[in-house]
Amino acid sequence: MNLKPWIAVLVAGVAGAASAQDSNTLSIDGEPMVTEVAAPAHVENLDTIYSGWRFRSAETQALETDDFDNPAFVFVDQGIDLFDKVDGTENKACSSCHENVEDFAGLRTQLPRVQDGELVTMENLINDCRTERMGAEPWKWSKGPMTAMTALIGLQSRGMPMNVTIDGEAAPFWEQGKELYYTRVGQLDMSCSNCHEDNYGVMIRADHLSQGQINGFPTYRLKNAKLNSIHGRFKGCMKNIRATPFAEGGDEFKALELYLASRGEGLSVETPSVRN
Amino acid sequence: MKLTRRNLLILSSASAAATAMGSLPAFASLTDDAIAELTGGAELGEGAITLTAPEIAENGNTVPIEVSAPGAVAITLFADGNPVPNVATFNFGPLSASRSASTRIRLATTQNVVAIAKMEDGSFQKASANVKVTIGGCGG
Amino acid sequence: MASGVKPRVKVPKTAATGDTITIKTLISHKMESGQRKDDDGNVIPRSIINRFTADFNGQNVIDVTLEPAISTNPYFQFEAVVPESGEFTFTWYDDDGDVYETSKKIEAS
Ligand code: HEC
Ligand code: HEC
Repeated sequence: MNLKPWIAVLVAGVAGAASAQDSNTLSIDGEPMVTEVAAPAHVENLDTIYSGWRFRSAETQALETDDFDNPAFVFVDQGIDLFDKVDGTENKACSSCHENVEDFAGLRTQLPRVQDGELVTMENLINDCRTERMGAEPWKWSKGPMTAMTALIGLQSRGMPMNVTIDGEAAPFWEQGKELYYTRVGQLDMSCSNCHEDNYGVMIRADHLSQGQINGFPTYRLKNAKLNSIHGRFKGCMKNIRATPFAEGGDEFKALELYLASRGEGLSVETPSVRN
Repeated sequence: MKLTRRNLLILSSASAAATAMGSLPAFASLTDDAIAELTGGAELGEGAITLTAPEIAENGNTVPIEVSAPGAVAITLFADGNPVPNVATFNFGPLSASRSASTRIRLATTQNVVAIAKMEDGSFQKASANVKVTIGGCGG
Repeated sequence: MASGVKPRVKVPKTAATGDTITIKTLISHKMESGQRKDDDGNVIPRSIINRFTADFNGQNVIDVTLEPAISTNPYFQFEAVVPESGEFTFTWYDDDGDVYETSKKIEAS
């Protein structure tokens, strides 16, 4: 294990507190979730993958076990309203064409995916409908309406295993994502893997490091009391290592999203999850 | 300040030390004043009120708190490290069952949460709990 | 009206007469504390829900005074006695004068 010097000190400083992930199991409104599973073959350096839920404190964990207690559902409710709201020059709502939001079951597990030679995320699919089918303005990547909608649509896949395609047309995007994951950047000269692969399970200052999985996005964070997009979280992590973040919705983050989704293969979709 | 690795290290050990000591409640006297105002200086009993709070909160923005005092007509919550100590008052009506309630509160820093119950006979009960508020490390 | 304010309540649909039930409530609200500053350094004015009440058939269950230290999207859980069939009404009072109300029926048997 290649510990950065400062991490080594941090780890030593909290020996004991640096326990492995908690051994409890998650069920949401009685439905069991898979939060731990053997790592897929393409994840070379891990034996077992864990949902980020496993690394949170008991109180934060509890918020996700009941949809009423989960504050993210305030935003899911907003998503339901938005789904029926007419917008744009075509005078249409999502529900004009998509009768039941439940029909999106399974979609979250397969995104991002390649479509017409391009890697597309859920945000892309939603905005395509808005601009091309509704004559409406695209929603901003990480703003309220978009995260409310990705939460509502993602929720329809809750409990299903993450399962993105990484071969065929997707392969070059996946390779690009993997490359980004292991590339050191920023003033602190660190890669995603330095924290989320080499050191998950340890305390970094007061935060319990997870594997940086994306099976629960968008996530409601206690820190900012709202839903946070996948790319928004990537941006935050890059800023923390004093790197200039890539653009939300840009090619780099989309490729990274595909790679991270593949690192979570087999974990249940937990959308919308709760994190600190 | 420019964040170098070394600074990061210093920062983290400083915050670890602060956590270990349990930082001193800077606004404690404000809370004492507020409690005195509520109780008129009456003596505070203990044992008939329970306050449940996490020992360590992962984030001070949303800290779950539960209070319970069978026979109380009202329970007031204070946070002695917040700039304004008052948090909430629960007044129990005739159809309230157990005199208990849960909510989620904001804590600016590591501090004591204090609950004062006014009982049906006019006496007061007090319970308090220290909550360590961790400052997130990284993770945006 | 503050934008996007939406109450949610969870009340069982039925109960045995005289039984105790658990009620959960949550309202989407920023609970702007009045202690934060915007990007230009100006204090963002306080705007919170300052009172919440729950009543059943006109009788009070709980009456809560809220201060800015209550988290965004105020959440309460409490217990009520159900003496008969009827309706719970929940009311939230906003600093800006707005009042949000919602109700839930319950069948006692
Ligand atoms: C004018 C009709 C129309 C409207 C309005 C519309 N869509 Fe679509 N949508 C489609 C069609 C057609 C497709 C592509 C065919 C398909 O996969 O169902 C599609 C595809 C999608 C997909 C990808 C589904 C998949 O399984 O690949 C998502 C997600 C989606 N729409 C969300 C939305 C949302 C959210 C809104 C409202 C903001 C919306 N749509 C509005 C017609 C529409
Ligand atoms: C300095 C250490 C560090 C580095 C480097 C880092 N992160 Fe993080 N990241 C964290 C911390 C701390 C958290 C919050 C606790 C947790 O879930 O691990 C976090 C959280 C996350 C989460 C949320 C996990 C969840 O369950 O919701 C994702 C996703 C993530 N990081 C992705 C990345 C990506 C992608 C990179 C590389 C661009 C990266 N991180 C680099 C420290 C780091």
